[in-house]
Amino acid sequence: MGKDKDAIKPLATGDRTIPPEGARMIPIYIMGREYQVPETLTVMKAVEYAGYRYVRGCGCRGGICGACATFYRFVGDYKLKAGLACQTVVGPGMIIVQLPFFPANRPDYDLENIDEGALHEELRRLYPEVFKCVGCGTCTRTCPMDIDVMDYIALMKRGDLKGAAQKSFDCVMCGLCTSRCPAQISQFTAAMFVRRLCGKYLMPKAEHLAKRVEEVKSGRYEKMLKELTEMSEEDVKKLYVEREREPDMAEPGTWLPEDKEHL
Amino acid sequence: MSGYTREFKELIKRVEATRPARVEKARRGEHFPALTMSQRKEWLSAYHPDYKSEGRRAVAVGPSKGQVLPEEVAVLLESRSLLDPDRVSLDEADYETDVLVIGGGGAGTAAALAAEEAGAKVLLSTKLRHGDSNTVMAEGGIQCADQEGDSPYFHYLDVIGGGHFTNKPDLVAALANDAPLIIHWLEGLGMMFDKLPGGRMKVRHGGGTSRKRMHSAGDMTGAEIMRVIRDESRNRTEKIKVLEFSPAVELLTDGSGAVAGAVLYNIETKEYYVVRAKAVVIATGGFGRLHIQGFPTTNHYGATADGIVMAYRAGVGLQDLDSTQYHPTGAVYPEQNVGLLITEKVRGLGAQLLNIDGEEFCFPLEPRDVESSCILRECLDVGKGIPTPTGRVGVWLDSPMIDILHGEGTVRKELPAKYIQFKRYDIDISKEPMLVFPTLHYQNGGLSINERCETTLRGLYAAGEVSGGVHGRNRLMGNSLLDVLVFGRRAGSGAAEYAKSLRQSPAPTLEHVRAFHRELEGAGIEDPVTGPVLLPDYAPEHVKKRQWD
Repeated sequence: MGKDKDAIKPLATGDRTIPPEGARMIPIYIMGREYQVPETLTVMKAVEYAGYRYVRGCGCRGGICGACATFYRFVGDYKLKAGLACQTVVGPGMIIVQLPFFPANRPDYDLENIDEGALHEELRRLYPEVFKCVGCGTCTRTCPMDIDVMDYIALMKRGDLKGAAQKSFDCVMCGLCTSRCPAQISQFTAAMFVRRLCGKYLMPKAEHLAKRVEEVKSGRYEKMLKELTEMSEEDVKKLYVEREREPDMAEPGTWLPEDKEHL
Repeated sequence: MSGYTREFKELIKRVEATRPARVEKARRGEHFPALTMSQRKEWLSAYHPDYKSEGRRAVAVGPSKGQVLPEEVAVLLESRSLLDPDRVSLDEADYETDVLVIGGGGAGTAAALAAEEAGAKVLLSTKLRHGDSNTVMAEGGIQCADQEGDSPYFHYLDVIGGGHFTNKPDLVAALANDAPLIIHWLEGLGMMFDKLPGGRMKVRHGGGTSRKRMHSAGDMTGAEIMRVIRDESRNRTEKIKVLEFSPAVELLTDGSGAVAGAVLYNIETKEYYVVRAKAVVIATGGFGRLHIQGFPTTNHYGATADGIVMAYRAGVGLQDLDSTQYHPTGAVYPEQNVGLLITEKVRGLGAQLLNIDGEEFCFPLEPRDVESSCILRECLDVGKGIPTPTGRVGVWLDSPMIDILHGEGTVRKELPAKYIQFKRYDIDISKEPMLVFPTLHYQNGGLSINERCETTLRGLYAAGEVSGGVHGRNRLMGNSLLDVLVFGRRAGSGAAEYAKSLRQSPAPTLEHVRAFHRELEGAGIEDPVTGPVLLPDYAPEHVKKRQWD
């Protein structure tokens, strides 16, 4: 094996897209103004191709941060569509506006001091508007993550907070749902609150973790770790190579190693 | 653009042909042999981009003068300030605070929360929105030795072995020791971890782990952590003030070895602000958007090494900054997903890497640099990669194995974000494999710190990707989310304690900037660029040609 390592060239161009050979140029309208861009680009890369340099409206560029909420229509079509600019592919005649920010209602709360038996009441106190949902379904049709937003709002109304938490889990908090809601609900902040209630009060606690925390606090591992930090590199290497590997299919918490002294 | 082309579909048939036998082997617990320690070394030096000589040079000035670094980094370390020290008035501060946190990702937010809990008044400034960071993009999980068959002792061994024994031992010990405290803290903040019905954490292997200790929240672990801790900081706005779209562009010092605050820049109004602080935490993340050696990156838009540039000017030395992590599995098809991270969890769940003939060519859970080297070798040396229509090359990541091994619906349940990101382009990753190639993922090194996150500049702390030494020259999956929280919290509480020890913040100066500019001149660096760069520039040539000013 082994060609000259310098012969290896990264096959890459940073973040500038390589349009496939023979890609057509298509017209898009950025806030109404026409630009010609290669087809197959995402909205974000098309906007950059047109010459814009983002300050707002661009974050992870990978569909998870919610910075690049976008509305668009096609020329000649009445339907209003929504998506994330970094994940939506441009099409001919696309009229684009981004929504880098949208005001949302987000009341403060103290998670430590909430009555565990009255979580639904706490939701009602903080977000009374949730209970005024008119059931139009615009939020669901607007969500770029394909979340059934109206359904999790319905679960919240009904008091199924665990269901609402799970159903809203993929939310990237872009605010598109909120921008379209005729009942003025801030769905994504209410969902954030409900997920934290769920994580803290509705899901079972990890008992093995609490036990381990006590052990850490007792200083049990500091001593073992000090041994390792002061050991010669050769000795650490030996320990590393001799590690036992937990089998892939072992159920969590069932397998134990031969070396129990360092547990 | 619908799904795979006809050519790809033909090639996928080869993957499907070898799949049943591979699944059987996996069920028996057999896997492709891992490389030995000496093979690891050999393959790394032959194939890993860090070991190439071109595109790297010694930096000519500053505390780590002479260190060989990627050109993209060296040129920024030799940059001039955006400020002319003679034109800046420091007489009046726009903000005064106990602790200034620079950076609003995982490390910065954890630092702000810890500093507030220690009684400090906190100002957090961030370049984009609060939460825009690599933390939000981390998918696969966070390591913590909390199961009965595991302990921080074994976690330590995995981390330091994965880092090829180049890590700073005290930092590794801190990471492994604090992990259970961090996971417990997150659970208390209401994070929705993946759990078994009784409450036990679901755990998996990651590359280079000896125990299953990868904790997750779907395939959005980082996003869930980030939104939870950001939400918590929003409940404490009395004590934690957040300034978005206001990156720091320069540190302020007292001229005799202590930090005194920073100059912030409102990137929308173009105004500068003077912040006086008793202590400063730098948590600005890494350099992915500098596109080292031209690689695409999984990093967020703001990852431009700002903190490194500022702190280096103020005299803070570097550790392993020449070491870059290429994540083995970045998407190379479709073009819209290029550079997109395909979490290691996919391999943790049993998906194998395959060449154009549908054959395995490596153990799928090697440490990341070794795994990347295996893929580079298969594509560029053995020549069994799969070419794409845009001239890239990749190998298959056989995700359909996951549903076969763990039951129908596992891909959708465990990898919801990935599933959606490919489904948009009509690729169902529970039925068809993905095409992947290494992508620039992580800055292994950074500012030199000790286990209390202190730098050589008094009162200046650093945490997260901006710092170096925790992971040595290679980081294992699930240790960066842990790193940002462990060291973010340590930096925050350390900074708060230090701030308490001062009656008032030191008088701010830009003396270190003047001195650095003199050093640039002395080194004969003509026409240096200005830095930090703050945002990448993706304008195409046809636009640049018309930007006449």
